[in-house]
Amino acid sequence: MSCLNFNVSHVLSQLNLCQYLPFHRQEIMKWNGWGYSDSRFLFNKKGQAEFTGKRYKLSGMIIPGLKEWFEGTFGANLQHKSPPILNSSAVRPPTLNEAFVEELKSTGVPFSHDAEDRVFRAYGHCVHEIFALREGRIGRVPDLVVWPNCHNDVVKIVELACKHNVCLIPYGGGTSVSSALECPSEETRSIVSLDTSQMNRILWIDEKNLTAHVEAGIVGQDLERLLNESGYCTGHEPDSMEFSSLGGWVATRASGMKKNIYGNIEDLVVHIKMVTPRGVIEKSCQGPRMSTGPDVHHFILGSEGTLGVVTEVTMKIRPMPEYQKYGSVVFPNFEQGVACLREVAKQVTPDFYLIFSSGHALKPQVSSIFTSFLDGLKKIYITKFKGFDPNRLCVATLLFEGNREKVLQHEKQVYDIAAKFGGLAAGEDNGQRGYMLTFVIAYLRDLGMDYYVMGESFETSVPWDRVLDICQNVKARIVHECKERGVQFTPLSTCRVTQTYDAGACVYFYFGFNYRGLSDPVHVYEQVEHAAREEILANGGSLSHHHGVGKLRKEWMSETVSNVGIGMLKSVKDYVDPNNIFGNRNLF
Amino acid sequence: MTTNRERHVERSPSASYDCSKFDLWQAQLYMDSSCLLASLHGSDTLLFADMQHRDPMLQKRDEFEDMLEERRNSSDLRYALRCYTPVLYKGVTPCTAGALKNMVLQSAQIHFVIGQVSNETGRAVDDIQEEASAILEEMAHSLQLSTVRFFAFTLSKVFKTLFRSICVNEEGIQRLQQAIQEHPVVLLPSHRSYMDFLLMSYILYTYDLALPVIAAGMDFMGMKFVGEMLRMSGAFFIRRSFGGDKLYWAVFSEYVKTMLKNGFAPVEFFLEGTRSRTSKSLTPKLGLLNIAMDPFLKGEVFDVHLVPVSISYERILEEALYARELLGVPKPKESTSGLFKARKVLSEDYGSIHVYFGQPVSVRRLSQGKVDRGQFNLTPRHIPKRPSEEIHSFVNDSAYGLVRAQEENMVLKPWVLLASLLLQNHHGDQASGRARGMALDELTEQAVWLRDLSRQYGAFLHWPDHVPPPEVVSSSLSLHRGLVTITEGRVQLASEQGEPPPVGPEEELLRQAVTVLSCVSYRNQALHVFLRPALLASAVHAASSSGKQEIFNSFSFLRNMFSNEFILCPGATVQDFEEACFLLVKTGALHVSQQEVVVTERGHRTLAFLTSVLDPFLQGYQVRVRSRLRYTEVLSSDLQKNALAALLRLGAVRKIKGYVGFDHPRVPVGSVEYARPRARLKLHHLEFISTNESVWFVAIRVSTDVKQQLRPYSAFGGKHEVFIRIMNEFIQIMNEFIRPTDFMMSDSFAVFFSSETLLLKCSGACWSDGEAERRARL
Repeated sequence: MSCLNFNVSHVLSQLNLCQYLPFHRQEIMKWNGWGYSDSRFLFNKKGQAEFTGKRYKLSGMIIPGLKEWFEGTFGANLQHKSPPILNSSAVRPPTLNEAFVEELKSTGVPFSHDAEDRVFRAYGHCVHEIFALREGRIGRVPDLVVWPNCHNDVVKIVELACKHNVCLIPYGGGTSVSSALECPSEETRSIVSLDTSQMNRILWIDEKNLTAHVEAGIVGQDLERLLNESGYCTGHEPDSMEFSSLGGWVATRASGMKKNIYGNIEDLVVHIKMVTPRGVIEKSCQGPRMSTGPDVHHFILGSEGTLGVVTEVTMKIRPMPEYQKYGSVVFPNFEQGVACLREVAKQVTPDFYLIFSSGHALKPQVSSIFTSFLDGLKKIYITKFKGFDPNRLCVATLLFEGNREKVLQHEKQVYDIAAKFGGLAAGEDNGQRGYMLTFVIAYLRDLGMDYYVMGESFETSVPWDRVLDICQNVKARIVHECKERGVQFTPLSTCRVTQTYDAGACVYFYFGFNYRGLSDPVHVYEQVEHAAREEILANGGSLSHHHGVGKLRKEWMSETVSNVGIGMLKSVKDYVDPNNIFGNRNLF
Repeated sequence: MTTNRERHVERSPSASYDCSKFDLWQAQLYMDSSCLLASLHGSDTLLFADMQHRDPMLQKRDEFEDMLEERRNSSDLRYALRCYTPVLYKGVTPCTAGALKNMVLQSAQIHFVIGQVSNETGRAVDDIQEEASAILEEMAHSLQLSTVRFFAFTLSKVFKTLFRSICVNEEGIQRLQQAIQEHPVVLLPSHRSYMDFLLMSYILYTYDLALPVIAAGMDFMGMKFVGEMLRMSGAFFIRRSFGGDKLYWAVFSEYVKTMLKNGFAPVEFFLEGTRSRTSKSLTPKLGLLNIAMDPFLKGEVFDVHLVPVSISYERILEEALYARELLGVPKPKESTSGLFKARKVLSEDYGSIHVYFGQPVSVRRLSQGKVDRGQFNLTPRHIPKRPSEEIHSFVNDSAYGLVRAQEENMVLKPWVLLASLLLQNHHGDQASGRARGMALDELTEQAVWLRDLSRQYGAFLHWPDHVPPPEVVSSSLSLHRGLVTITEGRVQLASEQGEPPPVGPEEELLRQAVTVLSCVSYRNQALHVFLRPALLASAVHAASSSGKQEIFNSFSFLRNMFSNEFILCPGATVQDFEEACFLLVKTGALHVSQQEVVVTERGHRTLAFLTSVLDPFLQGYQVRVRSRLRYTEVLSSDLQKNALAALLRLGAVRKIKGYVGFDHPRVPVGSVEYARPRARLKLHHLEFISTNESVWFVAIRVSTDVKQQLRPYSAFGGKHEVFIRIMNEFIQIMNEFIRPTDFMMSDSFAVFFSSETLLLKCSGACWSDGEAERRARL
């Protein structure tokens, strides 16, 4: 059934984990691309696609279908390379606030104004950011990087910043896709990037209450690994969990793949400690729910670094699941798949199941991110189940976790519902693969950029009755806009449903295109994404499900939350940070 | 201004009232014009680009192919039975009529409305469901290929007999084919004849395009057999009015939307709502367009493409029928036997038809920046909601734009120009009291002049340039010999020779009026070409100075006044003015500077022509002090209907309980009732003033009650004495209520007796010469 001969037993075991992040992340991670420096896709001398390194199960393997898919989908050609221009010397010298630096020295908190450290923390992973870095165009970057080691270090740094009027930008995992990390070009003060990576300890685990108190700089994979050692997990698994940090999750209202079992970040946090220019904000107890006016946590959740630095968080934890089972269902078309997901969301108690993805996963263009893995499968299905149009079928990936009996019961329930919508169980392997792919997909974009292909994904949340319409319209809009803007090759424009809720779903859109022949591809890209976002909003979708607003989606904030809403947010900002010390200018 | 006002006050106590209105209105105009000036002072290049864009001369149009030619050379039967495999939207499989009905009945919207109606009326849900099902049954089409093939065969025969050619722009067909594959498509043909929709389906069948489903008026259902035939060829039937019937509206709109959204078939309807009896485009009706745009606005489809289609007939089958209808001879009820009686028309030559499929218009593009689709985010989309102000005005603007697009691609035949010239001449003759007609060579000379002028204005004129003009003129005249007579080299309008001599002077008058109105309908075909320049010409004519501002004000007044009469896009006054200036300057008729608009030496002829184009309409909207009835065409019920609508819109008259009532300080508000043994009259006085203080617009109308009473005497068929007695009573009443001093009514006034059944125009106290004579004879 599979075209690759490897097995994945557990999704996390595929990650060859490194112990914590070093001060100088560029030593192990790409400064102008996704993830670890040693892991990347490339076309070898024989023209075969290969994934390098040793960290992932896929590492060191040849991926047979990738080249055909890549060339077929984008019209890309291996002869046309667009390698990055390495030019890190273009960084402007730092503007230092001498008094601040002097006092910082006396606190003993490590810091650096080395160009590489600064550049690394100047960008997230939006297409335009990575593209600029690859071309060696480097704009405003932080002037200084500090590495606080604990909550008290942060308190000292914030006090000094206030005293010397220095702009602080908190930096966690650096996986932002909303231009949230970009230094505002109009900022004249010295900008200090506050890297939380050294605050990465689990301070305590409370087995009676099933909570853990954790420093906010810890990244997802470390948190999960450490908890697993004690037999627990948080169950919060965003696609970026290898690199994104707990503090970042809180600051952007993150969501994980298993949210149907464990909940989103706002459901998982019990207590938050944040350092602001006004002082430290935290609640006085760890009560599971309170009626004490509007929940102050909600000023912090999603504040995107505009109010302060989250330093410590108490999170719910759960015993590691006793039993885990993957699964997948193939549907004749996307419409049926969505109808099924809707029905599942209606009927099945959300405790122990997970439906993670439905999309045109097998549709050649689409799927074909996955094609290499699923080629064999696809052929079998086409022959085995006649009547499925291979160009229209789609696949849903499932993961059931929990007590064995319940898992099996829910599994049956879900498959029964699926059958009503014409879905056919497609086996565990496919489910597992689909799940694992999440972590390597991000690497694919860098490969594309080597060959004039630019791509990005963006998300929204939308009521059930609009899911199909929004998918159809946004995809069509992307194709339409590309044509209007002179993109010569048909773009990749596809989507999947990644989360289900009682009242709606989260939809991801994937957009990629071959930019050969365009003089300003990033501009074209931005225009298309902008148009796609307008289309999303016009079709009843939200501005963002979990990526956040940052600076990329700021312009739509007031229409999203109303002017009064903006006023509320602003008045909180004005009180908490009147001098705009946390000056990344996200949100509004 | 001040002097004007003083004179008003002297003349009538009502003047101060009128003046305040006038001032307000002026203020509005100044606001408008400040926009104009701003735009004039704007960037030159921008303005230039704008102008270029608007220059109708630069419009590219496709070539025509005659589709009858092939029919004349090959078997109609084989054609009717050939393989027909149209490409559908995104390759959807066609849906049976039954499945479609089920989809509609099971839709969320119908469920919701049924629940709602049940709650409101207390009726059982099942009961209402059945009603919905019955409505759908009455409405739904049942398209069958066999019926289409039957029509393909018979229509081939009929068309070949009636028409010389049916010309279609094949590039338009290709664009349509493309559009049908990519998006749901709405076909919007112009509506001049019953023939239109059969013709449309016939063309689409011929070119292997998806057959449309067509919204048709319920009146067709009166023809039992034919109604069913039409249903089987794709027509679905809607009631002409269903006021507040929620359920009907829900079923109807869901039915149309389901067909559109799923792309089962292109939906076809007539923006004008009904056949235009005057050949002048009717102001668009918005109901169906609203429904057609809804799936896009609610995000149910990516886009909807609207395709304006212009169908131009060289001779309309219903030509004489329409003229009579306009004069108040009742429209014959649609009936099968009536249709067979109409066979007489088969023996005549109706020239050619041109069908132009316009550029598909994307609703998405059209709505860009005009509609916030997010407004549907907060309520479930299946709950019917009244369109917001924003959407209403968007749909309205779009509808006007589409009707203009239809107009622009209407093919004009030389006869249209001849009719315009002959009419103007005819009116001149009437004014001078001599019927001399026009010398052929003079007519030819003028026609050539007008040909060049209309081309410069962007008319889509089919004038055979390789044929010498005299021949073009004479062949046009011969095709329309029913409307003209040529004696001793002079051409004049006249009714058909050879018919039995008129029974009395009334019939004579009626016959004459039919001829004039028939001609008018041809002249009207070219109106859209001359409209904007004509409005400007009339404004220049009426203005007391050459000040640009004054002329603009006047233009704006006229434009506003006539916006029920012609297709004038709402809110486009400044653009229209600029366009008119541009055209007249381009043709050297006007010189327009920053401050002034001056007629050039050679411009007088053009301006005179243009002014007289609009003159009959001006007359129809007013009775000028000390003037006589000059244009027979003001008898047209269409014109009167529009005039009344305009006066209502402008606030000159008000509707009171369904009647139009007084709105004048000297006369109590409300309709005036006057009981007489034979006629219960309700008088309605309409009054308005123009920018020019010497011109008063006054019209007096008798309500439908009178019409009922007078029906026996309609069309001069009854006893004249009775009629005249009623007339005299009426005049007495008029004099009682409206004192001559108020309105100088003693000099003249006009009476329109009902709009539909009987028409007589007389000039109150002093009849016009001809009529006075006739009256004496009676």
